[in-house]
Amino acid sequence: MNAGATGREVVLRVYRGDANGGEEVAYTVPVETGMVVLDAIHWIQAHRAPDLAVRWNCKAAKCGSCSAEVNGKPALMCKSRLDHFPEGQPITVRPMKTFPIVRDLVTDVKWNYEINKRIAPFQPRANAEWRWQQSDIDRVQEFRKCIECFLCQDVCHVLRSHELKHQFAGPRFLVRIAGLEMHPIDGADRVPFLKDTAGIGLCNITKCCTEVCPEGITITDNAIIPLKERVVDRYYDPVQRVWRAITGAKDGT
Amino acid sequence: MPVAPQRKLSAASAPTAVGARGVPATGTAPGAWSGAGSRQGFGATERGDAWWFKPVLQAAGLIVLIGYANYAAFLGAAHYRYLENGRDYLSPFYSPYIHPAWLPVWLSPALLILVFPLGFRATCYYYRKAYYRSFFADPIACAVGEPRQAYCGEVKFPFLLQNLHRYFLYAALVFLVILWIDVVKAFIFSAPALAAAAPAVTSALGLHAAREAASGGHYLAIGGGSLAILFSTGMLTLYTLSCHSLRHLVGGKLDCFSCAAAGGPRHKTWSIVTVLNGHHMAWAWWSLFAVCFADFLVRMCSIGVIHDPTLATFRHLLEMPNRSLSLLR
Amino acid sequence: MEKFEAHEHDVIVIGAGGAGLRAAIEASAMGCSVGLVCKSLLGKAHTVMAEGGIAAALAHVDPQDGWQTHFQDTMKGGSFLNHWRMAQIHAQEAPDRVRELEQCGALFDRTPDGRILQRAFGGHTWKRLAHVGDRTGLEMIRTLQDRGVHQGLDVYMECTITRLFTDGGRIAGALAYWRETGRFVVFRCKAVVIVTGGVGKAYRVTSNSWEYTGDGQALAYDVGAELIDMEFLQFHPTGMVWPPGVMGLLVTEGVRGEGGILRNAQGERFMWKYLPEARRHEYAADEAEARRWLDAVVEGRQTDARRPPELSTRDNVARAIYTEVKEGRGTPHGGASLDISYMPAERVKKKLPSMYHQFMELADVDITQTPMEVGPTTHYMMGGIRVDPDTGAATVPGLFAAGEASAGLHGANRLGGNSLSDLVVFGRRAGAGAASYARALAATPHIADDAIEAETRDVLAPFERTSGESPYGVHQALQECMDTFVGIFRVAGDLERALGTLETLKQRARDVRIEGSRMYNPGWHLARDLRNMLTVSEAITRAALLRTESRGAHSRLDHPGLDPALGRVNMCVTKDGEAMKVAPTPLPEMPAELKALFDAGAAGTAAAPAAAAPATAAAGKAS
Ligand SMILES: Cc1cc2nc3c(=O)[nH]c(=O)nc-3n(C[C@H](O)[C@H](O)[C@H](O)COP(=O)(O)OP(=O)(O)OC[C@H]3O[C@@H](n4cnc5c(N)ncnc54)[C@H](O)[C@@H]3O)c2cc1C
Ligand code: SF4
Ligand code: SF4
Ligand code: FES
Ligand code: FES
Repeated sequence: MNAGATGREVVLRVYRGDANGGEEVAYTVPVETGMVVLDAIHWIQAHRAPDLAVRWNCKAAKCGSCSAEVNGKPALMCKSRLDHFPEGQPITVRPMKTFPIVRDLVTDVKWNYEINKRIAPFQPRANAEWRWQQSDIDRVQEFRKCIECFLCQDVCHVLRSHELKHQFAGPRFLVRIAGLEMHPIDGADRVPFLKDTAGIGLCNITKCCTEVCPEGITITDNAIIPLKERVVDRYYDPVQRVWRAITGAKDGT
Repeated sequence: MPVAPQRKLSAASAPTAVGARGVPATGTAPGAWSGAGSRQGFGATERGDAWWFKPVLQAAGLIVLIGYANYAAFLGAAHYRYLENGRDYLSPFYSPYIHPAWLPVWLSPALLILVFPLGFRATCYYYRKAYYRSFFADPIACAVGEPRQAYCGEVKFPFLLQNLHRYFLYAALVFLVILWIDVVKAFIFSAPALAAAAPAVTSALGLHAAREAASGGHYLAIGGGSLAILFSTGMLTLYTLSCHSLRHLVGGKLDCFSCAAAGGPRHKTWSIVTVLNGHHMAWAWWSLFAVCFADFLVRMCSIGVIHDPTLATFRHLLEMPNRSLSLLR
Repeated sequence: MEKFEAHEHDVIVIGAGGAGLRAAIEASAMGCSVGLVCKSLLGKAHTVMAEGGIAAALAHVDPQDGWQTHFQDTMKGGSFLNHWRMAQIHAQEAPDRVRELEQCGALFDRTPDGRILQRAFGGHTWKRLAHVGDRTGLEMIRTLQDRGVHQGLDVYMECTITRLFTDGGRIAGALAYWRETGRFVVFRCKAVVIVTGGVGKAYRVTSNSWEYTGDGQALAYDVGAELIDMEFLQFHPTGMVWPPGVMGLLVTEGVRGEGGILRNAQGERFMWKYLPEARRHEYAADEAEARRWLDAVVEGRQTDARRPPELSTRDNVARAIYTEVKEGRGTPHGGASLDISYMPAERVKKKLPSMYHQFMELADVDITQTPMEVGPTTHYMMGGIRVDPDTGAATVPGLFAAGEASAGLHGANRLGGNSLSDLVVFGRRAGAGAASYARALAATPHIADDAIEAETRDVLAPFERTSGESPYGVHQALQECMDTFVGIFRVAGDLERALGTLETLKQRARDVRIEGSRMYNPGWHLARDLRNMLTVSEAITRAALLRTESRGAHSRLDHPGLDPALGRVNMCVTKDGEAMKVAPTPLPEMPAELKALFDAGAAGTAAAPAAAAPATAAAGKAS
């Protein structure tokens, strides 16, 4: 393990605590070449605090488990290189602030799973042909890169600052709905759901979700705004409403 | 001994009823699952970087440019057009130029038309982001505490009107056509003006120009103002063609391109708009700046502070009889 | 005794990876009440990390493909130690399972005529891997997950099963604790499906996550199930070796498929030296031919050039790199250099996007400019719970298993892409098997209260101790031991030493002490997992000791050749009182009509360990 030793040390200020409160505790960690914040947390677990609670799985930015706030910014710990932070300054590591804390760096993210269940599942159109072009799905494949790290949910001010979990599903699920709505042969209609349940109107497209997404999904521009436009088609565009009333046509053509 | 099960993720349940008066309801009880973030005051954050810099810069940029635009539109009506020296430069703020007789003198004609570009920008997805962040601090920066707890996003009046953006887009597309005509006009100089504006050139051109001047012909030329107006309209075009609503309307609304009528061309168009759309923020700023700059130049020429340079003339390439030009003017 | 939560289901599925989700969906579709239990959050299981693709003879790209060829490839890849019936079912059903994923909403990459695209991979004769860029596993788990929650599964996430209970030899339920609170949960059920994945965390250098502690294998072993083929642990040849934090992280096989060249510190392209004589004719004879093959791949045309030597089977390449390093020709950080930088940068970024980012972000290496440093990493467990091919039933009534936790399909070595297909094919069958079994059972068996109490006491014991070491130290020692003595190359002496060390480690693990509370306490969780890792480590070591030959992923320096007699047996591990028993059991005989496939093809015999592939086959991107 010492092969990569650099002789340097870094101070990590890790939040320790639970629902009843807590505080940042400083740990001094020897730095190895290429170390990420999650490595440092593991070092602390192995040498200083075996009960330090943290979620992780892949250590390769593929599973979306190790979400936290590093120096105040929502990030994956396994992707946050120590040498990308200013040298000599402590690094703070805190749990996500949008969800209730369980302990230390672990938060209760089950709300997200509750919301997910309410989204109408994939429903192929009747007698659809299972053939489509790559160009039909490039768009949707971007949304399906989501690793459910919930960092976008964490940073979204509607959930984080205004605490509107009872009115807004959050960017992750708008991305998911976009993936379903734009699926070439999905036939379910989630537009009313978007407006009345997922609360897409509460998103004010300020793009923090896009800024933090570790998968680089252009959440706001590619998922949310196109969905907002579909909601406009259905509910707010007077000409289209009249047109549909006259012709009986559906939107989306 | 067994206690009630609590934490399992159970089977899918139907969402509860919609909230009152258009307010959405996810089915979660208000206040449930709350985290530490909602208890943070304005500006509270562990971020150590200069998170305030961008919103402040953005606010400053918007204040300066919008301030200038207001000045130009409302107070500067006297110098919106430059018609001397063979030029016909029209400030983009005043295009299309409509000046009905009933308009009181103290009211700028820009007012009649400005509601469209103004509305277009005010409801633009990018500008919304910019002013929500910089002026409403909603949020001022990511993961930074906010000043107010209350929030209704875009689900209530007046913000509900943001949904009408596409109508402003339609207007903007019409405006674009007019603005391009202005550009053409900005490149067509009238001959007598040439003689008056640049005697040295005239003497160098000799007989030919003199004859042309006498005939009152028009010809292609490039002045500083022509370029400024071209730049302004060019940027406005990129800004308009990169609009999110346009992206939706030209093809984004389709679920399956290859299954739709004319799916191929629609996918192609959508792809092009998508590429432009990726830089929508850049076009938004550049176009705002370019419009102000063009207005500024026209204004300065008109006031006489700046002498508009003639950069090139192409009188051999295009000599237009008055008739065809009168169609344009 | 403390209060605990209790749930009753017909079927409990332990594990929510591809296999677990598929099993749960099937059992639930058959009308059973299903509880799905997993250690992590839903959707974070290992399956999410799979990149390269899912193998199925859809024959969309290469119309010559069919289940017979897939079957042959799998058998050859596994050195004919596979259960023939599993390999047959797998090859026959994989295409339907892939189409089924699509019908649940998965979006695979497309061919120009709008069907599912397939890519080539090591050991597969034809282009066979349906894929989604380099995130196939993510697509698969997300699709199944969404399907599952809408089908009415009850999901218990972050809930770790610590023991199975039996009633008169039948499965009766399980005990678990919520990781979040540390409180206990009792599951009463008629059938249990074990789909808990692999064992990689017993090794230090591994591509596996903390979850892979061999829980399922140990749970099954404890209630008397048979484990087979435990000596066959796949070392993926290319894991990252630098920087230390990412050591073991996977570098996909696709890098070699895209033309990656392996060199030692002296710049020698060493793979030619290591090609087995019997298969040498399948590979390019020189640099020029390898280059022609690559050019053809890039241009997407057929060629008569043969594939580069880097595309030899995983076991072989892993041994080659290991040997080069051992003999002093390793790169500065103890690996081989894998070079793709001579290819156009744009192509590398397009074909291997996640590798490009992985190296850029974690190792500061721009793979379009500089070679990577790679070395073998513990990757996949071929062995596991012995199951019935058709129903997934283990040897204990009511116990079922599938996925990486079960054994039989892959034999001595797994082909890339055959795991994801394994998950859906046998996940479905195990789910159906468990559901049929549960429905046939009139009443839920009974769990004795004292059994529950004994287990809860045992799980909580580390909190009671006032002295003792931290489990992290024991875990490190275990990894050290397994890396050193039970690695790629094994000798009797090392294996015996490992057994000795494991004994002392077992004692140390029994005496660990945990500080803090029961709420989300990773130290405590590790203490439990350690017990399972020790059980499977012992099984691996004992089986490896008994297999005195080199076959597939198992290489004995003291027995370098194949032993035909050992090619007809599986090493079977069972619990005998408190001791572990290992004995050879006969491999089921392949029926004549399947045997005929090999005679006709004449491509391989029982003695031929590696898989054949024609010159046109290119490994696609990812592992
Ligand atoms: C980096 C990487 C790349 C790979 N790429 C490919 C590829 O391209 N193609 C391919 O075919 N294969 C690939 N594989 C292999 C393949 O991904 C795995 O073998 C496969 O996903 C295993 O699936 P599973 O359903 O058996 O188990 P997993 O997906 O690992 O799921 C195990 C589940 O069991 C749960 N669990 C474990 N223990 C307990 C317990 N005690 N209590 C409760 N729950 C428990 C876990 O929480 C988890 O949900 C790759 C593997 C890795 C590591
Ligand atoms: S863009 Fe919308 S969803 Fe994304 S963070 Fe901002 S408000 Fe939330
Ligand atoms: S959209 Fe991006 S940030 Fe949000 S959960 Fe998915 S991967 Fe994470
Ligand atoms: S551990 Fe998987 S994303 Fe960080
Ligand atoms: S979105 Fe900015 S102009 Fe339409």
